[in-house]
Amino acid sequence: MNTLFSFRRLMAIITKEAIQMRRDRITFAMMLGVPLMQLVLFGFAINNDPKGLPAALVTTSQDHYTRAMVSAMENTGYYRFDHVVASAEEADRLIKSGAVSFVVTVPSDFARRVERGDHPQILIEADATDPSVASGAISTLGTVAAQALLREQSAEAQAAEQSTAALNVVVHQLYNPEGITQYNIVPGLLGVILQLTMVMMTSMALTRETERGTMENLLAMPASPLEIMLGKVLPFLVVGGVQVLVVLVAAKTLFGVPFVGSLWLLLVSILIFVLALVLLGYAFSTLARTQMQAMQLTFFFFLPSLLLSGFMFPFRGMPAWAQALGEIFPLTHFLRIIRAVMLKGADLQGVATPLGALMVFVAAYMVLALMRFRRTLD
Amino acid sequence: MNAIEVQGLVKRFGDKTVVDNVSMSVAEGEISGFLGPNGSGKTTTIRVMCGLLTPDEGEGRVLGHDIRTDGQRIKREVGYMTQRFSFYEDLSIEENLTFVAWLYDLDPVSAVVRDTLEDLGLFSRRKQLAGTLSGGWKQRLALAACIMHKPKLLLLDEPTAGVDPKARREFWDEIHMRASAGLTVLVSTHYMDEAERCHRIHYISYGKLLASGTVPEVIRDAALTTFVVEGGKVTEAARMLQGMAGVDQVAPFGLTLHVVGQDRQALSAAIASVAGQTGISYIEGSTSLEDVFIQFMGKSTDNMA
Repeated sequence: MNTLFSFRRLMAIITKEAIQMRRDRITFAMMLGVPLMQLVLFGFAINNDPKGLPAALVTTSQDHYTRAMVSAMENTGYYRFDHVVASAEEADRLIKSGAVSFVVTVPSDFARRVERGDHPQILIEADATDPSVASGAISTLGTVAAQALLREQSAEAQAAEQSTAALNVVVHQLYNPEGITQYNIVPGLLGVILQLTMVMMTSMALTRETERGTMENLLAMPASPLEIMLGKVLPFLVVGGVQVLVVLVAAKTLFGVPFVGSLWLLLVSILIFVLALVLLGYAFSTLARTQMQAMQLTFFFFLPSLLLSGFMFPFRGMPAWAQALGEIFPLTHFLRIIRAVMLKGADLQGVATPLGALMVFVAAYMVLALMRFRRTLD
Repeated sequence: MNAIEVQGLVKRFGDKTVVDNVSMSVAEGEISGFLGPNGSGKTTTIRVMCGLLTPDEGEGRVLGHDIRTDGQRIKREVGYMTQRFSFYEDLSIEENLTFVAWLYDLDPVSAVVRDTLEDLGLFSRRKQLAGTLSGGWKQRLALAACIMHKPKLLLLDEPTAGVDPKARREFWDEIHMRASAGLTVLVSTHYMDEAERCHRIHYISYGKLLASGTVPEVIRDAALTTFVVEGGKVTEAARMLQGMAGVDQVAPFGLTLHVVGQDRQALSAAIASVAGQTGISYIEGSTSLEDVFIQFMGKSTDNMA
């Protein structure tokens, strides 16, 4: 009789785990309900290019130049002039309290200087405590204001001339021309949701047995470490599969995220990614002694992986050491794959490197878990 | 060949020696009782025997397999029933047994499980979740699970703790029936009546094996003298006897007192002087196993102090 691996013993453990999973209704519901909830919540909520930000206008005159400029700024979609105030002090108070993100100050002699042909100035103060809030709004500003002013001076020809003068820079925003955040976020969310549920659930695999006192019995019976490991992680592939289905369907129907690549390539990648996650969780459960410790390990792992993977912040924008650190998370590689396949239509060759990395994780976690598994109660 | 044959087992946890140089043997087909107070090392010794713990020193063979290197073989041929119920409470009786049957590669699973269910009277409750069973039924399920694969040796760790007398009786009948069919059993227990149901007993205290043998042998080897005291003033007599030279134990049994000591002469002298003062009568009685164990317990606590 083979002591290392028997398919019957593996099936015994898988069946047992599946029954337990089914009986634990709340956990089961959470595993399926939470992904959908998170997807809808974050998919709609997260926006890297915020628009309609509250702004205050400081002006004492109501001339048409000012009005034209203000409406041009509003037309960019970034500004929403909620407050019109007369004094700088009042504007200062508003920006300090956070009621507005911008203060636009138009000097009282603005109209006069425009008409005289002087160089008129306007001041825009941005609350840059969160740089991403200010950046989009500010970047569009210079040209918008200048052109609005020129148009108002009935000098459209001149305006056109100015915009075509000297150098002509052509920008193509590839794969996501409208810069829709959701196209980037929603595929990423699939990785994040899978990571949270898969790692957390499997990290309790062994600690739960230990805490309920069933571990002693399990060890006293002829189940090998490999059978226990596979028996405990494989049922979660099915749960992961359902989550994937939910998220992909929602991505298509709810958020209209384009899918230009191969579905099969994506599914194979997801399978390898989920395998890496469940094995990582299982490895955690061989390290932890209690469910509490397993939970803590999961969270220690979860936050850096979320922040350094490129899910929330641009990966290439991080310093080299942080990028190196980011490479040790499966999520980083999975994000590259799913964004490449869904948005750019990458083929197998295009995602070979991150896919290979995920396979290395699978092997490494498996070896770690098998080495750490204690066959005795010592 | 003995089913269990271990020599000089030592197991330490940190700087605590939990099992201290234990050697014992259990013959095939024998029911051996493993006795001792709480925390005396019974569970640890049993775990070492079934390969769940590695001994720090000593060696041994269980069913002919080396306990250090052949743990996996031992696990297949031994049925181990843990002290704490350790089957899955969110699985039904039948599901638990099916799980175990698959793990032991029993074939055909459904027939083996059905036979076991019927054999142990669990059939009518087979759909019930293990977590909702009472102590007696849990114990029955645990027994069913550890004998299903027809082990040659059963290691039972306090199997009847928290089980009512009727269920205990049935449990022991079951064990004796199987022993007569050739099964070897090592069972740890607190209960004296259970100890007396064993062919041989082993008494362990603070990790040290203090006595081994049949019940009469253990009582004889302890060489204790017991007097049974009767008469009107037993309470007063008890108070006076307490702490006198030669008197090791004074225990009331209904209207009588059992007075036990190792030093026969000193004990007789003490009891005679108390009888003179209080007018009680006394005769020499037979020493019980319980007297012997209480004597052991008192002694070994002194050793530790």
